[in-house]
Parts: sequence; C-alpha cells; structure tokens
Amino acid sequence: MKAIETFETPSAARVNYINAQYGLKSWLLTKDHKRIALLYLGSISFFFFIGGLYAMFIRLELLTPQGDLLSSTTYNKVFTQHGIIMIFFFLIPSIPATLGNFLVPLMIGAKDLAFPRINLLSWYIYLLGGIITIYALLAGGVDTGWTFYAPYSTTYSNSYVIAAGLGIFVSGFSSILTGLNFIVTIHTMRAPGMTWFRLPLFIWAHYATSLVMILGTPVVAITILLLAFERLTHVGIFDPATGGDPVLFQHLFWFYSHPAVYIMVLPSMGVVSELIANFSRKNIFGYTFVAFSSLAIAVFGFLVWGHHLFVASQSVYAGLVFSFLSFAVAIPSAIKVFNWTATLYKGSISYDTPMLYALGFIGLFTVGGMTGLFLAALAIDVHVSDTYFIVAHFHYIMVGGALFGYLGGLHYWWPKISGRMYPEGWGRFSALVIFVGFNLTFLPQFVAGYLGMPRRYHAYPPEFQVFNVLSSAGASILGFGLLVPLIYLVWSMRYGKRAEANPWHLPGLEWRTASPPPTENFLTTPIVTWEAYEFAPPEETRVVGTYKEEATLGDADVIINGKP
Amino acid sequence: MQTPWIPFIPPSASTLSGQVDALYFYLSGVTVFFTLLIAGVLVFFVIKYRRRSPFEIPRPIAGSHKLETLWSVIPFVIAMSMFGWGAQLYFQMYRPPQNAVEVYVVGKQWMWKIQHSTGQREINELHVPVGRKIKLIMTAEDTIHDFFVPAFRMKADVLPGRYTTQWFEATTPGTYHLFCAEYCGMNHSGMIGSVIVMQPSEFDNWLSGNAAQQSPAVAGQQLFQSLGCVSCHGANGEGGRGPALVGLFGRQVFLTNGQTLTADEAYVRESIENPQAKIVSGFGPIMPTFQGQVTPEQLIQIMSFIKSLQTTTSGSAPSGAPSAAGPSPKAQVPTAATASSPANKQ
Repeated sequence: MKAIETFETPSAARVNYINAQYGLKSWLLTKDHKRIALLYLGSISFFFFIGGLYAMFIRLELLTPQGDLLSSTTYNKVFTQHGIIMIFFFLIPSIPATLGNFLVPLMIGAKDLAFPRINLLSWYIYLLGGIITIYALLAGGVDTGWTFYAPYSTTYSNSYVIAAGLGIFVSGFSSILTGLNFIVTIHTMRAPGMTWFRLPLFIWAHYATSLVMILGTPVVAITILLLAFERLTHVGIFDPATGGDPVLFQHLFWFYSHPAVYIMVLPSMGVVSELIANFSRKNIFGYTFVAFSSLAIAVFGFLVWGHHLFVASQSVYAGLVFSFLSFAVAIPSAIKVFNWTATLYKGSISYDTPMLYALGFIGLFTVGGMTGLFLAALAIDVHVSDTYFIVAHFHYIMVGGALFGYLGGLHYWWPKISGRMYPEGWGRFSALVIFVGFNLTFLPQFVAGYLGMPRRYHAYPPEFQVFNVLSSAGASILGFGLLVPLIYLVWSMRYGKRAEANPWHLPGLEWRTASPPPTENFLTTPIVTWEAYEFAPPEETRVVGTYKEEATLGDADVIINGKP
Repeated sequence: MQTPWIPFIPPSASTLSGQVDALYFYLSGVTVFFTLLIAGVLVFFVIKYRRRSPFEIPRPIAGSHKLETLWSVIPFVIAMSMFGWGAQLYFQMYRPPQNAVEVYVVGKQWMWKIQHSTGQREINELHVPVGRKIKLIMTAEDTIHDFFVPAFRMKADVLPGRYTTQWFEATTPGTYHLFCAEYCGMNHSGMIGSVIVMQPSEFDNWLSGNAAQQSPAVAGQQLFQSLGCVSCHGANGEGGRGPALVGLFGRQVFLTNGQTLTADEAYVRESIENPQAKIVSGFGPIMPTFQGQVTPEQLIQIMSFIKSLQTTTSGSAPSGAPSAAGPSPKAQVPTAATASSPANKQ
C-alpha cells in the first residue's frame, strides 16, 4: 500500500481560490469552477428557503380538515409553487451544480471544467430562470400543480402559467450546459493514471446524471413551448376542445420528469457511495456493479415514464410493459443498497455527521424505493395514485434520498469548500433531528394515502385529520432541524476550526490539495498511481505537506470576512 | 362505521377491494421485511465494526460476484411476483364484464353528473345495488378529472373528448367517499360526493321513488331526429345514404382506407364530431360535423340510443325498449371496447 501524499505546493499556495481575488466583480465574472459552485450554493439555498416557506403554509393549512387558513386558490398556488421551486430550482441543480461543480475537476485531477465560461453561463441562465419564476410568483402565482397538466394549464387556469413555464424552460438550459461540461470534462481531463475504473463513484454518478440531463431536458423544453403556444394561440395540441390530446402532454411531460427523478437521486447515490466507503475506510463492495448500476438506472429511467399514466386511459397493454420496466429499474437500486451495506462489513466505521446522513439515506431510500414497487404494481397503483401515498413515496426519494445525500456531502466536503470545520456536535444533533422529523412527517402520509386521501386537497374529510396533524408536527421538527445546519455552517465560515488539507485522512484526489484549494486546484499535475478508495495504513499516512505550517495563519480568515 | 382505533385500510366494499388489499399486504410484508433486514444489518455492522483507533485501516474486500448475483436475482424474482399479481388484477379491473349495467358519468368543474340507464339523474351521488356489476362510462366537459372510490379500490381518469370506463360490483351496503383525484382547479377538493350502496330491494325502491326521467336512449332517439341524423341513417338506424347503425357497437367496421376497427364509444364520438376522419367503406364523405352542437351528455344519449338498436330486431322501433330492459344484463359491448383499447388509437 502506498502512503497518502499530497502534491507539493510552494508556500505561495496559501493563496487559495477564495482569497485569490476580491470584490464582487471577481465573483460575478469568475471562471473558477469552485467559485461558481459557491454562487450556485448561495442561489439554491435561497430557493430552498422559499420552497420551505411554501411547505410550511401547506402543513399549517392541513392541520385542520376545513380549508380555513388559505383560500383554495391560494392553497393551490402554494403547493404548485412549492413543487416548482423545490424540483426545478433546488433538487435538480442541488448536488450537480454545487458539489459536482466543485468536486468533479478536483476528484479527477483537473484544473477546471472543460468549458469554464459555459459553466459561468450556466449559472447566469439558472439565475435568469429563477428571476422569471420569482416574477411569476410575485405577479400572481401559478396554480396548475408542478406537473402543468393540460388542458387545465392550457385552457382553464387563470394564472401565470407561461411565466412560470418560461422560468423552467430557461433554467433547463443551465442543466444541459452543466451536463455537457461534466461529460466532456470526465472524458478528456482526467489526470494521468486516473483510468475509468479508478474514478470515484461520485464521478460515475455524475456522468450518468449528465447523460440524463442532456437527453431529457430538451423534451421538457419542447413540452413547455407547446403548452405556451397552445395557451397563446389556442391551436389544438393538448386541449380536445380544439382537437388536441391531453394524454399526449402527460407522455411528453413524464418522458422528462421521470428521468428527472434520477437527476435528483443519482448524484445523491454518488455522494453516499463516497461517504460509505470513506467513513468505513473500505473500498466499495463491488465497485463495478455500483458504477454500472448508475448507468443502468440512467438508461432504464428513460423507459418507465408510462407508469405515471396507469389510470390516465393508457392502454392496458402499455401499462403492462411500463409496469414490468418499472420493476426492472428497481433492481440496480437494490444492488446499490446491498453493496453499500456489504461495504460496512469489517470496516472501520466512524460516526461523523456525514456518515449519519449516509446511513439515514440508506434507510430512507430503502423505504422510498420499496414503496415505489407498490406504485409499479398495476392494481395497487390504481388505488393509490394521486393520493398521499404518492406524496409520501416521492418525498422519501427526494428528501430522504436527494436531500440527505446533499446534506451529507455538504458536511463531508465543507472543510474542503470553506477551509473550516463545522461543529461536529451540532452536526450530529441536527442530522438526528432531521431524520426523526422527516419520518414523522411522511410516514403517516402512506397510511392516509392508502385510506384514500387524495393529494392537492385544500380541505379533506375529518377522518384524515390525525395523519395530517402528525405530519404537520413532524414538518415543524424537520424545519427546525434544517435551520440548524444553515446557522452553524454560516457561523463556521468565520469561527470554525481551520481545516487541514485532509481532515478525514482519505486517499481521494480532492483531499491531496490544500483546504481550500488554490485556484488551479493542483500546482503540479497529479499522477494517479492508486485505485479508488485505496486507504493507506496509519504509519504511512503523511498528511498534507502544504498546509501544515499554515495552520495558524489568517489569510483565509480575512477573505471570508470580505476584507482584503 | 368508524372504528375506535386508527384504521390502516379503508372500508372494503367491492368484489375486487379485498384482492387489492391482499396484494397490498404482500408488498407491505416484503417492504417491512427488507427495511428491517437492511436497517438491522446496518445497525449491527455500525456497532460491531465501529472505529476503534483513529488511524486503523481495515483489510479491503473487493466484492463477491456470487453474492452480488444472489442479491440481484432474489429481488428480481420477488419483483416479478409482484408484477404478475398486480398485472393480473389490473386486467380484471379494466376489463368490464359483458353483463354489466351501464351508468354514465360526466365530470365538470366541480361536480359529478351521473345518469342511470333507466334515466335517473344524480349529482355528486351514485346509488348502486349490492351484487350487480356496474360499468361506468365516463367523460368530462372541461378538464381532466378522476373518479375515485377508495372503498372500491378503483379510480380512472375522466377526460374531455374521450370515454373511459371502470367497473365494480359492490358487496357491502353503506355510504362511501367519492373523490376527484385529478387536480382540476380551484375547487378540486370540493369535487367530492358519495357512493351509496344499497340492498337490491332498497335500490329498486329508490329507483321507483325517483320517478324515472326520460331514459338516455329515448332522449338520444329524440336527438337523432332533431339533429337530422334520420335523413341518412334511417329512422331506426337501418341506414341509407349513411351506414346502418343497428348492431354497430362491438361490430367490425371496414373503412375506405382499408383499415378495420371495432366500433366503440370513442369511434362513434369521433364519427359525430369529425366525420371525415374515418369513412365506412362504400359510403361517401358527405356527413357534416356536429362538433360544438352536441354536449358530452347528449353524445352519451345518442350512443345510448345507438346501443339500444343492438338488442332490437331491425325494423321494430326502439321506443321505450331500452328503459324497459332496465338494469337487466345487456350484452351490448362484447369486447373490451373501452376508450383505452388499442383499436381506437389511430
């Protein structure tokens, strides 16, 4: 086994990407993938906060069976906007645009992404899409549900459908550009010795995600254009009153939006693969199985959209095929769960915050995945589709899966990103609170759903109240739990303990450069001579030549305070 | 009906609901088993293999193809059992039996309009007898709705411009929720009602108490005359310049373009609203469109009239015949000629 060595950087390397330049302009015109990742981090956190506020109103309204807090029109807008903001402006960009942007070049030993300007462009496009959407919300909101089903959205809705659709249309291009950038970077910019099968699984997951982004996003763009076109000109595309076909809309919409679920969860799986391996100091059990299962999910993910249409007058034979394929896509996910679990066997498992999120992810993703089988099973789907069972299921995937992976990854790489450690005690505490709050929120919804409570109901029959009260109680715990990391992560940027280059003593390339890294990531091109997750024995662990003697200096401090 | 404890399944009131529950329990069992298994193994490993010294490096294990194959194949086999069971039940749900009594449902923002084949109309309520197979033929006037009765474990979208069907046979008298389960705008959560399941004798009382309004077939016959259909299709649908309509439903129709299809609701609707789309072999494209002149409910009445021509021998007037046939079994739609069958997706 080889020692973990960092690449020698001269002492000038105490200049890092954060303090390399100052001023607003240096951020807004940066081409550094790490700075762009931080721009994304700030913007998606903002949207997460907005989406969370909407969630709070939903849970408050549903405390009582009568629709007494909000009017039904307002409630419809609130759940629609919760969905649009959370899906298109938080979950889809979350891991790829922040952690992926920051780490893809670092993990493969590159100086930046292949197209740094396109990377910056993607953030501006995302921001433009976000601004258009915010305009739609402020101008009067949109009430179609995040799914924009026609002909309600094209003919009957009296809200800002086109503006909201335009926001999504525009932000989709940022996804496409990010995916393109990742694919080219991973193909062409790997450091010498970084072969495909030495890539960290995080990279494999991002590669698979990028394929989905590039192939899927154009379809939703076309769908939104057709929707806007019909709304403006009343040409019959989707509305049968003018000769259109409303089910066509659902096919087009889900052709993107089902794979979009994998855009949200595949990167999270990549993060969890990193966390499980690194915090148990074991190489991933069945590396190739896990790597290829990401690709399999990306490919099969395009073939299952019809399972959203089992009760939408789709042919029963089409239903049969889509049901079969939906069961098939579950298998690669099951393999991942078993392989992660097996990785822990005879490991050296630490209980650091990121690992708690990873373990939470496995549990919640298992529940989310298994309840997905209920929906793939045709006869059960007939009963539970469009009920709270679905709502619970996809929150287990999107919050229990995507969000837990995101939070775990954010904590894990926080020392690298910010150069500071977060407070471990608070980290563990909030991870636990979030886990408890999440389950209390969404577990009762499975029961309410099977009992028949339909989703998107402003008022509901009183026998469902007990489940809604539990949910709302859980949501308040969840909300509190999510505020804690927001506070201590911001706090740690100034007051946190300074992070070493390799605080977790890991072999990954990103840990072999300074924390925070210099603008060019590695002062000399690294040469990779080790396999992924090849942990070095303790006596050989030479930690970070470069930053040891800098442990006391204050450069980073000054920058983070915003003063030169 | 309320049980003192928190229920985990809704009341079960149709012949299929128990079967759906059985499949649900099977999946729940598998889910609980695997979740506990994974959580248990996870907790066991996390405690047993906790880090004991800060720099320890465990021995790497590359993987095991044997194990990985095992835990790919076992989930696959279990998944296929769920797939097969679910599919088999789904076919039962969406293949209406031939002898079902037809009830027409029209959804609009935000109410359900229901008409029995004997003429009784209801709003947001559906009265049905125990032990009789009921087939709902559904369409919408505006946007997409969904007719959902949790106690029957069934739902189907109700679409404008299409006819969808679902069927059930109620088993337990009682009053059950009817929900709209497809978001349809402002008052979506108010688009609710009830399904009232009665003993057959009570149901017959209810029927007679609701002095039968004109049956849809009779209303359809009047429309058939007032819209001028008779001039080409004949007073009793015997045909003329237009094709004969007697016995049309479920029959094979040969088109001028060489295609063949089975006549069903979607085909008939299209032929009324867009007659040029499919021309019956041997006839000219002379029929004007009736799009915008007939409401979805009137369409249903015309169809009901055409269906009533099925049981009568050609020539005899159908007046009153369909309503007299009442809820007795009618073999009118011999195949699964629903709006979702592949035949009408041209």
